[in-house]
Amino acid sequence: MATIEVNGKAVELDEEGYLTQLSDWSEEAAAILAGQDDIELSDSHWEVIKFLRDYYDEYQIAPAVRVLTKAIGKKLGKDKGNSKYLYELFPYGPAKQACRFAGLPKPTGCI
Amino acid sequence: MEDEVIKKFLYVNRKAPYGTIYALESLEVVLIGAAFDQDVTLAFIDDGVYQLKKDQKTSVDSGAGMKNFSKTYLALGDYDVNKIYVDKASLDERGLTADDLMELVYEDEDDDYKEKSSISIVNQDELAELMEQQDVVLSF
Repeated sequence: MATIEVNGKAVELDEEGYLTQLSDWSEEAAAILAGQDDIELSDSHWEVIKFLRDYYDEYQIAPAVRVLTKAIGKKLGKDKGNSKYLYELFPYGPAKQACRFAGLPKPTGCI
Repeated sequence: MEDEVIKKFLYVNRKAPYGTIYALESLEVVLIGAAFDQDVTLAFIDDGVYQLKKDQKTSVDSGAGMKNFSKTYLALGDYDVNKIYVDKASLDERGLTADDLMELVYEDEDDDYKEKSSISIVNQDELAELMEQQDVVLSF
């Protein structure tokens, strides 16, 4: 089982690199997971990550990419609610990759 | 996508939400179908009507052995799943009314994004007709 070290504590990942325990998430963990993909988290990244965590808290699911794009547009403005903007931030797929940084499970319907 | 085939899927939910895995599995399959742009309709019959009961307070620690996924039904509108049919006789038999159900809504893109209810209470003739119209009926 793969682990990452966050503030001196070992945190467990599943075979695809997602946190196995939601409660293990922290901003430090997010930064380390992003570092694995050579991404340095900017305010724009955090905005999406926080949005996903709020969404999960409200609905208990990680949204599919189409739903995420629409919801981001509604909440953060049309200029951000489009695939181009989100793929620039999260090149491996906004739902898949951003959910990983947000400590959520892989989105339902994601293959 | 080229050659994309959109089929009409009806998911029939007949079991109580907690205690077995059926309701959660159904919901996951519904979300997957919707994420792939299929035409998705849901029906809730028999104990399945309890799946939409509001104020579910279960949790992993309460003994149900699974997370409280009831809130996930509220996301169906985001997935453009807005055809949700509930059998009136099943509600009546359990002393429930439409007011006991969660308010599932969607935004109607063709009507200035007005919020509308996704739930229709129907009788058995209407349910039978609904089943007739489908390409695929999946029962959980």
